[in-house]
Amino acid sequence: MRALLRIGFVASMSVDAHTVRRIAHLARIAVSESEVAPLQDELNAILAFVEQLGAVDVSGIEPMTSVTPMVMKKRDDIVTEGGRARDVVFNAPETEDHYFLVPKVVE
Amino acid sequence: MNAPATPKKLIKGGLHDWEVVIGMEIHAQVTSRSKLFSGASTEFGGEPNDHVSLVDAAMPGMLPVINAECVAQAVRTGLGLKAQINHRSVFDRKNYFYPDLPQGYQISQYKDPIVGEGEVIVDLPDGTSITVGIERLHLEQDAGKSLHDQNPTQSFVDLNRSGVALMEIVSRPDLRSSEEARAYVTKLRTILRYLGTCDGDMEKGSLRADVNVSVRKPGDPLGTRCEIKNVNSIRFIGQAIETEARRQIAIIEDGGTISQETRLFDPAKGETRSMRSKEEAHDYRYFPDPDLLPLEFDQAYVDALAEGLPELPDAKKARFISDYGLSTYDAGVLIAERSSADYFEAVAKGRDGKAAANWVINELFGRLNKEGLTIETSPVSADQLGGIVDLIGEGTISGKIAKDLFEIVWSEGGDPRALVESRGMKQVTDTGAIEAAVDEIIAKNPDKVAQAKEKPTLLGWFVGQTMKATGGKANPAAVNVLLKSKLGIE
Amino acid sequence: MTTLNELTLAEARDGLKAKDFSATDLAKAHIAAVEAARALNAYLLETPERALQMAAIADSKIAAGEARPLEGLPLGIKDLFCTHGVATTAGSKILENFQPHYESAVSHNLWRDGAVMLGKLNLDEFAMGSSNETSAYGAVVSPWRRTGSETPLVPGGSSGGSAAAVAAHLCLGATATDTGGSIRQPAAFTGTVGIKPTYGRCSRWGTVAFASSLDQAGPIARTVRDCAILLASMAGPDSRDTTCADLPVPDFEAAVSRGVKGLTIGIPREYRVEGMPAEIQKLWDQGAEWLKAAGATIKDISLPHTKYALPAYYIVAPAEASSNLARYDGVRYGLRVPGKDIAEMYENTRAAGFGREVKRRIMIGTYVLSAGYYDAYYVRAQKIRTLIKRDFEAAYAEGVDAILTPATPSAAFGIGEKASADPVEMYLNDVFTVTVNMAGLPGIAVPAGLDAQGLPLGLQLIGRPFDEETLFATAQAIEDAAGRTKLPPVWWA
Ligand SMILES: [Mg+2]
Ligand SMILES: [Zn+2]
Repeated sequence: MRALLRIGFVASMSVDAHTVRRIAHLARIAVSESEVAPLQDELNAILAFVEQLGAVDVSGIEPMTSVTPMVMKKRDDIVTEGGRARDVVFNAPETEDHYFLVPKVVE
Repeated sequence: MNAPATPKKLIKGGLHDWEVVIGMEIHAQVTSRSKLFSGASTEFGGEPNDHVSLVDAAMPGMLPVINAECVAQAVRTGLGLKAQINHRSVFDRKNYFYPDLPQGYQISQYKDPIVGEGEVIVDLPDGTSITVGIERLHLEQDAGKSLHDQNPTQSFVDLNRSGVALMEIVSRPDLRSSEEARAYVTKLRTILRYLGTCDGDMEKGSLRADVNVSVRKPGDPLGTRCEIKNVNSIRFIGQAIETEARRQIAIIEDGGTISQETRLFDPAKGETRSMRSKEEAHDYRYFPDPDLLPLEFDQAYVDALAEGLPELPDAKKARFISDYGLSTYDAGVLIAERSSADYFEAVAKGRDGKAAANWVINELFGRLNKEGLTIETSPVSADQLGGIVDLIGEGTISGKIAKDLFEIVWSEGGDPRALVESRGMKQVTDTGAIEAAVDEIIAKNPDKVAQAKEKPTLLGWFVGQTMKATGGKANPAAVNVLLKSKLGIE
Repeated sequence: MTTLNELTLAEARDGLKAKDFSATDLAKAHIAAVEAARALNAYLLETPERALQMAAIADSKIAAGEARPLEGLPLGIKDLFCTHGVATTAGSKILENFQPHYESAVSHNLWRDGAVMLGKLNLDEFAMGSSNETSAYGAVVSPWRRTGSETPLVPGGSSGGSAAAVAAHLCLGATATDTGGSIRQPAAFTGTVGIKPTYGRCSRWGTVAFASSLDQAGPIARTVRDCAILLASMAGPDSRDTTCADLPVPDFEAAVSRGVKGLTIGIPREYRVEGMPAEIQKLWDQGAEWLKAAGATIKDISLPHTKYALPAYYIVAPAEASSNLARYDGVRYGLRVPGKDIAEMYENTRAAGFGREVKRRIMIGTYVLSAGYYDAYYVRAQKIRTLIKRDFEAAYAEGVDAILTPATPSAAFGIGEKASADPVEMYLNDVFTVTVNMAGLPGIAVPAGLDAQGLPLGLQLIGRPFDEETLFATAQAIEDAAGRTKLPPVWWA
């Protein structure tokens, strides 16, 4: 069935190992050397699968911005929240005086 | 707009004269009670993480809902900048990781901002003015705050600012000197404060500038620019531009090239330095925020907001010049703040505009400045100052006495007319009383009387003596007339 | 004799009203069943004390004649819905020990109407999966087995815990979510009914996000009527979700018995994919026959962009997910794995906290949004989404009231059977369901029979936007014709 869904398949844009590392860094996910090759294969399998979209004529078509037509609701400018710093930091791995603590950031 | 730079704006290098080209991105905090997408307070300060909603802390499953007032404020600002108002705009996510960016993305407007092209007329100290193009204005979220000096190994993160609405106002590279840049920010700040859309308080970070600076030989194409991030005072904007322009000129004249980068201005060291940590290749992966629908409104909405706009500085200035006969300079000084313009108008109403302007600018502003006070905290009200101007105008007190009276009103308060009455400060116009004083002085100084006929400038000495003898209350015109006739001066 | 947990939700509601048994009895029967069924790994967290407390309140409400619509009815909650003071994990290690201080809009609505919480149900990590094998807390085992086999089967995903718990009588109904088929596919695999309502029918507030423009909550239950009752409570306007519709909630239960006379049911030829098992084709034809017999008109229709829905989905959903999951950074909640600096802390935390499938999707999403690829992938996929939606609009404009399709391309498979290196094999499970999410439409999966191996198969009905009522009426006609699926004998207790 798989092959049948690939009608309109066009030449694949594929990622190399360097791209895998770059994407992993952009996504802030540590990737060990041994993970690069399998990830590369998996990503390329997905990219090959989506390549068939290249066969669709999309000229003059608006990209979808909202799936159901509606007007965006808006809030009134009133203060309805806050005053719950304890709740805000309750689940944090490290806090002090209701601050979140992180490894030192160098500007 | 892009007229060739006048020679006085050029910077002298070792080899050439250089033109500096400046564009600015101003981040102006929207005046609102609650944040752009949450109901948490925008109040400055507060205990850490106290003005934070679950949305601002990016708790799982939390969704943004836009603050209608922030939208209105952006439209008002767009109108104030005579800009194109876009009836449809889109919120995008700008993705990057930073501890004070809880969602892992900033909600901003990338391709379709709420406000398009506009312009600002900027008056320069030399009396000329330039028009600075506005490229766009968009709404976006502010980030939280990281404190780096609390602990040697950790940074402290406070999200009170996280999600506060900002307007990013992007100018065209139309500025050609640090003076122009300073004047532009000053004018923009004035407009925002008039509109009530941003309080312009740079100390609290309500207005921050990213300054794009490049240099070129006059007539050359644009040079490579550097962006100086987050400059937070008008003075520093000027210094940062001067410093950065000189740095770039030195590099180019040394045969080097400028690399496009983000820099920080260090006012203490008087230098700009590269923000290497942020130099890492950026890829913000902008895409429309799927949690928010496009922002749409009709012309009627814009018209209603336009209806409610106050008179803006340029219009007010023109009116002050035509209605009150003020000089361009005085009008410019008075309209710099809406509160001083309002104060002036309260004083000038039904009175001589020029006299009112003179008293507001020279006496009141001078004194406020000296005491570190503002028009809002002035101990002398417009009514009181108006009373003083009235007393001068009707000849009840002299200009000199008026200054004493101003002092009394400043430090003790009270109704100027009643004070003049109770403290006997009224101008003496009774010629009998003045004549007695004059006669006494003439009698005591026969030698000077004799000289006066040859040397009419001595008249001034006699006037002084008479004023002294009458405690300054004598009408100077009457004294003059009397003395001239008694001394036989033509 | 039927034990209390084997009642349908509607039967239990009516029994409570008639005071045949108490809410406490009902809760206890379920608590016992849940405890006995731990081998299925359907519940990540059992909350029996809370269930008994809520049942006691329900009993006093019933006694006072103040029963609310779901008074005393025990439900399971997919662990993607944040529950106040009750750990919520999204099936991920990165949210281990996370305790929300807020209640999702959907679960709040259920408690408002008197329902009783039995616990939190297992799911694919961040709802990313079609077999419940990506859960960081272990796969869910389906209560179903192939005839004469003990091979453990998947319940489908991502609402696998919900579907398994409902099928195994471990709750009267369950909340679920559906981004590409995560309600309908597990419902089909377990012989239960599941509806994904129109995008915007249920508030997304307080539900952990996967892909914002596709995610919708809905119920899984044992009958069409039970789903109608549950959705009526779950749905409704919410000012905290900009994408939630400001529409009143219709009387869904009343719609169940409307019948299908006069309705036109579309049969889309593009769903007749080559290689589809003959059994499924047969079942689909059978479904059309049943509806025709019940008075509906059957009409062949064309939805030409169908085959592009799945690949477009695998651009849009990961793109949104890559951004939605950026907040799991070890700063404000959840797991933190230290590193020498902030960047390393992020990378270590996210590497250890996310499972393989989630990382893969974040990576794909990051890639398709990155500079130089955005237009070729993301913008193109969103344009194709417009085309997919237009296909449906054209069909509805021609007078079609609902569309009948198979729910899945196969029956349930064995745990580990599709763990091949090619992730696309697994993605193909959603080939019939994903179009509905891409177009924001409502879709319901209803059991229609068993395959040769004795496993349930389901049919899907796709409706007009905000016309879930027609789906309930039509699904009821299929349920009436097919008969309720006979649940497997208990082997797990
Ligand atoms: Mg910027
Ligand atoms: Zn900005």
